[in-house]
Amino acid sequence: MVKAHIVIDRELCKECHLCILACKKSLIIATAELNSKGYHPVVRKEAEGCTGCTLCAISCPEVAIEVYRER
Amino acid sequence: MNDKILIAGNWAIGEAAIRAGCRFYAGYPITPQNELTEYMAENMRRVEGGTFIQAESEIAAVNMVLGASTAGARAMTSSSSPGISLKQEGISALAADELPAVIVNMMRDGPGLGNILPSQGDYFQATRGGGHGDYRTIVLAPASVQELADLTMDAFDLADKYRNPVMILGDGMTGQMMEPVEFGKPRPRRYSEKYILKGAGEGKSKFVRALILDALRMEEHNWKLVRKYRVVEQNEVRFETYKTGNARLIIIAYGIAARIAKGAINRLRDSGMKVGLIRPITLWPFPAQIIRDTAERIDRFLVFEMSTGQMIDDVKLALEGKGHVSFYGRPGGVVPTPAELAKAIVQEYRR
Amino acid sequence: MKKVFSRPKSLKSTPFHYCAGCGHSIIHRVLCEVIDELGIRGITIGVPPAGCAVVAYNYFDVDMLEAPHGRGCAVATGIKRTLPDRIVFSYQGDGDLAAIGTAETFHAANRGENITVIFINNAIYGMTGGQMAPTTLLGQASTTSPPGRNAILDGHPIRMSEILANLEGTVYIERVSVNSAQNILRAKKAVKKAFQCQMDGAGFNMIEVLSQCPTNWKMNAVEACRWVDEVMSKTFPIGVIKDTVKGRKDAD
Repeated sequence: MVKAHIVIDRELCKECHLCILACKKSLIIATAELNSKGYHPVVRKEAEGCTGCTLCAISCPEVAIEVYRER
Repeated sequence: MNDKILIAGNWAIGEAAIRAGCRFYAGYPITPQNELTEYMAENMRRVEGGTFIQAESEIAAVNMVLGASTAGARAMTSSSSPGISLKQEGISALAADELPAVIVNMMRDGPGLGNILPSQGDYFQATRGGGHGDYRTIVLAPASVQELADLTMDAFDLADKYRNPVMILGDGMTGQMMEPVEFGKPRPRRYSEKYILKGAGEGKSKFVRALILDALRMEEHNWKLVRKYRVVEQNEVRFETYKTGNARLIIIAYGIAARIAKGAINRLRDSGMKVGLIRPITLWPFPAQIIRDTAERIDRFLVFEMSTGQMIDDVKLALEGKGHVSFYGRPGGVVPTPAELAKAIVQEYRR
Repeated sequence: MKKVFSRPKSLKSTPFHYCAGCGHSIIHRVLCEVIDELGIRGITIGVPPAGCAVVAYNYFDVDMLEAPHGRGCAVATGIKRTLPDRIVFSYQGDGDLAAIGTAETFHAANRGENITVIFINNAIYGMTGGQMAPTTLLGQASTTSPPGRNAILDGHPIRMSEILANLEGTVYIERVSVNSAQNILRAKKAVKKAFQCQMDGAGFNMIEVLSQCPTNWKMNAVEACRWVDEVMSKTFPIGVIKDTVKGRKDAD
């Protein structure tokens, strides 16, 4: 099982939710928090299962997601 | 060695431009300047790095010039009155972006489609912006084929020096006339690399743009352009005075009208009338000072234009109420003879 | 852990001003990824449009020259003819390319200018607030076609890719979308191929991007992405429109 995780820049997120749509493992969720621009940034779930497929990062218009994957 | 050749005006512009280092020309056919476009088509391809494009419209041509100038080429476009109307947005952009370019207008009559005969009806268009916004175009008004050649070469230098569009305001007659011309020696180009976009290389990227959304920064840019224009006004005014020394009446005329005026003045001088001429060569910056200075000792002025009267506004502004200004105009593409103009001058002289 | 996805180097770190879910943001990034991968940042010159992307120079770390509205292809022509060994691209919306700029686009394509045109088609005028575009769909509401585009009054939406494909001077034209990760990856392939065309001196190439515009379509981003698939691509089919990459084209 590939170990991977994403890092979401909450200040860049505009809550378009395209990453949530993209993640096949439902590992990204909406929140009720606010960033300084007035958006509710998404966060990654504290759960296992991320394969580092990068589909969320590719879908993110704001380049808010970085993806890390074990070799 | 005498390098004088007999050449028509439109060709002289083309040859002068190429000698001055023009390496990009885009134009669209329109009478009475087609010979210039054709000359560039024939000769640009013979010089290294020369590009000629017959553009799909005058609008496309001036925008190609915008691109070529930004990329570092000495670039020129030409047209006649209605086509120059089309180029105004592009000229405004060149001025806003502070880019050098030469625009040639061989005036024909208007407004609208008008006709294809020589006229001077684009003075306002040339000197009062023409395009939108607070900017100025340097405007040069040749009165002979030699001057067409000389001023075309100067135009490229002025465009580079001030990073501004420069217009050659000719007319259908000077474009067709054949006169002897000796082409001057071109000066080496002095234009900083830092204004040229050729790819960022290893360094920082640059951008050239006219959109400045912040009002205060836009204001700053506008005043910066004005400061530049003040320098142009101080340094680049050109004019000619002809037999003004003991004159009692001064004709003010430019371009082909000034040629006719000289003919008229010579006839009148022969019959003892004391008439002289002030010939603006730069229409912007307008030679206001010489007119003001002349008004200290002579108080009768007759403005002669092949239009219904446009430069006369600048003459009146220059005089600030001093002296007496009258006007003789022939629009429509009518080219009056010196004799005809002389008659009109006599009427004014005897008042 | 190895970082396997991050901001491309040619994309400045300035946060996008574009709306949430906007296709501009995605295609800006894709273009920069391609510029990075081809190693052409230092020799690329871009021409942004009048439109939402008028400030594209705030994002692309390449030399850029703003063009008056619609004139991108003429401006790009002037640059490319002067600096033929640079990579020159124009980036234009539907009004810019297919309304006011139709002549410049058509003729640059016809001359076979060796430039790359990125055509952002969102079927509406974005920056000016949602007026009808040449590519607005029949029945689609806009502020200047409130009851929906009417074939008799307003004409039909224009398929510029197909029209330009008819010109001898065009060598590669593909229509892509950026409404899913898969489509974004396909779009990136197409963009890379387009730039490669230019590097090979092949001739005029264009990528038409169906770009979601949630704000003016009055949808959220997810709905807008779905609309591209379910509605927009029925009028503007995705895929290769023309591919006749011939080889080096001489300037003469």
